Amino acid sequence: MHSKTIAELSADLRARRVSSLELTRHFLDRVSRLDPGLNAFVSVTPEQAIAAAGAADRRLAAGDAGPLTGIPIAHKDLFCTRGVKTSCGSRMLDNFIAPYDATVVERLSQAGVVMLGKTNMDEFAMGSSNETSWYGPVCNPWDRARVPGGSSGGSAAAVAARLAPAATGTDTGGSIRQPAALCGLTGLKPTYGRVSRYGMIAFASSLDQSGPIATSAEDAALLLTAMAGFDPRDSTSLEHPVPDYRAQLDETAVAGLTIGLPREYFGDGLDPGVARAVEEAIAVYRRLGANVVEISLPNSALAVPTYYVVAPAECSSNLSRFDGVRFGYRCDEPRNLLDLYERSRGEGFGAEVKRRIMIGTYVLSAGYYDAYYLKAQRLRRLISEDFRRAFAEVDVILGPTAPTTAFPLGAKQDDPLTMYLCDIYTIAVNLAGLPALSLPCGLAGGLPVGLQLIGDYFDDGRLLGLAHAYQRETDWHRRIPPGYE
Amino acid sequence: MEWEAVIGLETHVQLLTKSKIFSGASTAYGAEPNTQACAVDLGLPGVLPVLNREAVRLAVKLGLAIGATIQPRSVFARKNYFYPDLPKGYQISQYELPIVSDGRLEILPEGAAAKTVTIVRAHLEEDAGKSLHEDFHGMSGIDLNRAGTPLLEIVTAPDLRSAAEAVAYLKKLHTLVRYLEVSDGNMQEGSFRCDANVSVRPRGHEKLGTRTELKNLNSFRFVERAIEFEIERQIEVLEGGGTIAQETRLYDPDRHETRSMRSKEEAYDYRYFPDPDLLPVVLDEAFIEAVRGTLPELPDARRERFARDYGLSAYEAEVLTASRELADYYEEAVRASGNAKLSAHFVMGDILGALNKEGREISAAPVGPALLGGLIRRIDDNTISGKLAKQVFESMWAGEGDADAVIAKKGLRQITDSGAIEQAVDQVLAANPQQVEQFRAGKDKVLGFLVGQIMKATQGKANPAQVNELLLKKLKG
Repeated sequence: MHSKTIAELSADLRARRVSSLELTRHFLDRVSRLDPGLNAFVSVTPEQAIAAAGAADRRLAAGDAGPLTGIPIAHKDLFCTRGVKTSCGSRMLDNFIAPYDATVVERLSQAGVVMLGKTNMDEFAMGSSNETSWYGPVCNPWDRARVPGGSSGGSAAAVAARLAPAATGTDTGGSIRQPAALCGLTGLKPTYGRVSRYGMIAFASSLDQSGPIATSAEDAALLLTAMAGFDPRDSTSLEHPVPDYRAQLDETAVAGLTIGLPREYFGDGLDPGVARAVEEAIAVYRRLGANVVEISLPNSALAVPTYYVVAPAECSSNLSRFDGVRFGYRCDEPRNLLDLYERSRGEGFGAEVKRRIMIGTYVLSAGYYDAYYLKAQRLRRLISEDFRRAFAEVDVILGPTAPTTAFPLGAKQDDPLTMYLCDIYTIAVNLAGLPALSLPCGLAGGLPVGLQLIGDYFDDGRLLGLAHAYQRETDWHRRIPPGYE
Repeated sequence: MEWEAVIGLETHVQLLTKSKIFSGASTAYGAEPNTQACAVDLGLPGVLPVLNREAVRLAVKLGLAIGATIQPRSVFARKNYFYPDLPKGYQISQYELPIVSDGRLEILPEGAAAKTVTIVRAHLEEDAGKSLHEDFHGMSGIDLNRAGTPLLEIVTAPDLRSAAEAVAYLKKLHTLVRYLEVSDGNMQEGSFRCDANVSVRPRGHEKLGTRTELKNLNSFRFVERAIEFEIERQIEVLEGGGTIAQETRLYDPDRHETRSMRSKEEAYDYRYFPDPDLLPVVLDEAFIEAVRGTLPELPDARRERFARDYGLSAYEAEVLTASRELADYYEEAVRASGNAKLSAHFVMGDILGALNKEGREISAAPVGPALLGGLIRRIDDNTISGKLAKQVFESMWAGEGDADAVIAKKGLRQITDSGAIEQAVDQVLAANPQQVEQFRAGKDKVLGFLVGQIMKATQGKANPAQVNELLLKKLKG
């Protein structure tokens, strides 16, 4: 049952070959047996899940079911879920029970999905290895001594180990795509504004975007169709019609498409095993009739430094609300207001979060604002301009998602700069607000390799179609980590 | 040395919207603490602001009324600082690009020349909550009902030169925002609050002195007293050879003094940056023109029209247009009575006097404009004398009915029958031969005495003009 895609399970549910209750119990059972070895979940919600499955079964029986009705999924613990702890991977919110549902959660619930629980993540989504979580690191099911990537590491590990057919993630600089790559999954970061941010605990508001992490492009398309759309509660969400992304999958013709390979994404620092797998994927697209050309994104090297000004600046402000006054962690016996602030935040936040708050506070300070924040905004425009020029020549951009496969737990933990370079190919996309997708394209040393497709604004559907075309030719996306079959 | 004060004002005007500037929670005043704060106002994790269109409309309305530039594109920024009643740890406020810039307001300070005050900018922002330091046994309570209430901060250039000018400006602005229905202007409830930047310099010097910022000025009287105190304090410091520290000072109305709150060194670095949760506010010409179409006649225009059309003095026109409600009352009274001069006389005298004594607003006057008009008509048609009208008015104020009812009930109808008046004149002349002699000997003053006697004999009901006429005829005849 757990080796099937959502599309397959959906067909089984409608044909009454299986009930949502059976499906839900099956996945809950896998979570309780296998998650202790992975630490992918922060909370498991069996009672709510059983109740939701029962409701889904009634909808299925009544013939009132959509393609996601009765499908169990997991939510990254960054989405507010009413009545359920929403920790954001932080001690700061270990006691926070959200009083409302995020728009994404609400929309998926209305579509009939069954929430199994909330997944582990880097604290406040700040990290590329899922090692900054207050709840401890998540292990990669392909090799439990290795990281699953981050920050949506729990979601990726849970789906890779088939503890859930799919999960939600969020991507500020690669947090959906990089863990999808490291765990052999299909993950989409939609166009900025495509999916509502309401109820997502903000890291960097101008970069954050949520999306699906699934085993196939088809499943990601099913989820995105339910998640996307204008939300009057999010001023940055866009009033742009939402197509049926799954129905569009087969409409995307690869033949005749021009795929651009940015030379900056194939240079130094790219692991040879990753490069080889990506080359083979390019060959598949060529065989399908795509024109492949080399392009340049000349400001690529500026993406990481630009990001590490913009994202910390926004997070330093976004995280000010965690002050021990109204909700979340409060230190014991504060002596006065300053002590309340200092110890609540000092004890409630972990090292990486504090590092970024300090960087962000610094770059926004009087006297430094122009040199850092304003300059970063200018570079951000240059980076967007690179893509604009590229999309005048090509239909889609292709490259590796991450420079390496999953690295050992602890390998980069004490070296933030090296850790930041994990996102070297993913960050520019967030700065430009473009959609991008990672899909598995092979194994290197027994570990999954991710292929990244970057599209122009609102080309989310085209990316899913291209990934789907590839997945019809290959079976990398059907590989399950040994021990989890 | 002669000193000159230089004052600039920052006024926070609470906009008259039903819901908050970035959430759907109610802005109504006086609810139980924390009952009008939704998830957005509480700054819960994950919530996002959505701009209230009505707040934008009201800001534009005020901007148009002061002849300002309405910016086609303005931007909300975050002002970052920690305080328990600031739920998000930042206040959303317009910073580099405000919605309104470069306006002006003409003021007429008492006993001084008219003056134009430049309004540098007016920007939209959200209010913070309230910290309550009493009743919590050494702790503080937080009430977030006010958090997210829409404010328009209106900033003048340092154009004002005295506390009196500052107060004249504030009163003018207060009248204007209420005229426009942009704000209820309620100062007790904090809907109209003011900070003042004050410095002094030797008269004739160009260079500005070091300024201090005065906070907690929540009535016109406090504004006046605080600025006066601060000017005196600064002069005293400078004349004593000291220097003024740039700082924020708090006005204490109980002790009538200002005292240091924080110095320039302790000033916050607010780390302003554009709020990524909100798009720039882009206004097109059609929207601005639609708002312009809703502007009422403005106080200055109305004042001029009153003076011109009703033949009022500048002073009368100023008083009668001090609030929209008063001006409306007056115009209705003119319509009902057909006598602009007498209407002005009654409104400024009896009506405002009675309201003042009872601490009531014009909207609560027991004698409405139609009733007042009825009374004035009875003066005009000689039913009663002006003197008796006062008595009638008092009875009307006490709720004894309209002018005709009171006149009938009290038998106050004026005597215009010349036979009856002549009889009274004859009686008085016969009873006062000595005064008649004196008048004939050239002592005109006794005429007043004789008139008084005649009025007394008719219980004040004789038509005074007729009395005068008849009396003179008889005396000279």
